[in-house]
Amino acid sequence: MKQHFNGDAYAQTTNELTARGAQRRKLLSIFGGTAVAATIITSCSKDDDGPSMPTDGIDLGSGDPGILNYAYALEQLEAAFYTQVITTLYTGITASEQALLTDIRDHEIAHREFFKTALGSAAIPGLEVDFSKIDFSSRDSVLATAKAFEDLGVSAYNGAGKLIQSPDYLLLAGKIVSVEARHAGYIRDLISNGSFADSTVIDTNGLDKANTPADVLTVAAGFLKSKLNGSNLPTS
Amino acid sequence: MNINNILTEIEKVDPEVYDRLDTRRSAMRQFAKASGRIALTAVPFLLGGMFKKAYAGTTESIGDVLNYALTLEYLEAEFYKAAVASSGLIPAGAPTAAITTIRDHEVAHVNFLKAALGSLSVTPVDQPTFDFSGGKGSGNGPFKNAFSDYGLFLAVAQTFEDTGVRAYKGRAAELMSNNDVLTAALNIHSVEARHASHIRSMRRANLNNSSIKPWITLKDTGGIGAAVQASYDGEEVTSQAGIEIKNINGAAISAEAASESFDEPLTKDQVLAIVDPFIVP
Repeated sequence: MKQHFNGDAYAQTTNELTARGAQRRKLLSIFGGTAVAATIITSCSKDDDGPSMPTDGIDLGSGDPGILNYAYALEQLEAAFYTQVITTLYTGITASEQALLTDIRDHEIAHREFFKTALGSAAIPGLEVDFSKIDFSSRDSVLATAKAFEDLGVSAYNGAGKLIQSPDYLLLAGKIVSVEARHAGYIRDLISNGSFADSTVIDTNGLDKANTPADVLTVAAGFLKSKLNGSNLPTS
Repeated sequence: MNINNILTEIEKVDPEVYDRLDTRRSAMRQFAKASGRIALTAVPFLLGGMFKKAYAGTTESIGDVLNYALTLEYLEAEFYKAAVASSGLIPAGAPTAAITTIRDHEVAHVNFLKAALGSLSVTPVDQPTFDFSGGKGSGNGPFKNAFSDYGLFLAVAQTFEDTGVRAYKGRAAELMSNNDVLTAALNIHSVEARHASHIRSMRRANLNNSSIKPWITLKDTGGIGAAVQASYDGEEVTSQAGIEIKNINGAAISAEAASESFDEPLTKDQVLAIVDPFIVP
């Protein structure tokens, strides 16, 4: 199996999708009203995830490359966050916390760079983050954000598994998601020892959460200046 | 390339090929959409993905994977049940609370997998008789004090959790034809990883050893030793899908960090060999 995507094929896909986007915008202007147009656009393509998925911004693409770009976007967010955490350590950080948060930073950078390389010319650009809501000097603020990111990442990979067509990419997602879950367990224990897998994330069947790209991207948007368009991602 | 010819040829050996592909509507839709605009060189790749999904798993093979998972969950559930019941083993307070949480999850996984198998009309395997000493029924294996020696108990727990994570990962692809089962397996898989993380943090604190981390570094057993090495062999790789992670794109990523950032799968045979000493034949 080729590890790198066919750049030309992707460029063609992108052009096609851009053309389709232009068609949709035309539809929008013809119908004028937002609600009516939204309904029509949703019914135009089964692949759309409903009105909550923005259709402008950076196009993540479709199929497996789309899912990999989706993961790449999340890893960019996490890597940028932990890079800032280690650059401006929070007050009262212990040596153990600093060492393990540095490990996590390195893991997220490794994930980010892996996806960037694997996607090649199909990769979305580097994203601009918005961390204005985070107080990096505060342990509580940093750890609460870290917990949100890690739990979100776990649920994103769990939810994306069924959308992946290639067994090789499914395995890669599996290799990463368990590391995110290890992070999540550790961060949660730092906030409250023993909360590594509490009932806010694990249901009565002992199952973790799985979220759709639409839900995950909505949460991620709160930490991004760049706008992401996941409307072409597979939904089943 | 003539796709109709390919399908006709496949039909000669598998008359149900069209049914299989029809049940993979999303794959067909994606293929139909993509083949119109993707360069011809990419078509074999798309076709490969489509057929892999269509043939990824029958009810029988999915049942086999779920029964395999059930066996591992039986092992974990019975192990933690016995540990919690061993008075004086686990310190009161946070340690007992954590192990009780994990025990409850493993019991829930057993029940969930049994129900899932039932819904597929596959008979769940019986629970084996376990020998948690790792002595294959002799009761005299390397972990014979696991229910009286807290450190040894945590060592076995870490090994079971890390092995469980690797085991689910190794067989996820066999579940690709059933989205619900695949998602449920992934949702169990990440819970096992959360458990592994916590057990490792417990060992880090208990042994006051900062080289034991919530993640797996290279193929390090965390000081447990040769008896569990098979559960960690293969974790040391630093290359993924042909891409070297160490110092990737100029980032200062050590071999340790590169290995930690990806957990590796184990095959069915590797896992069965690992758990074999814990099962009374």
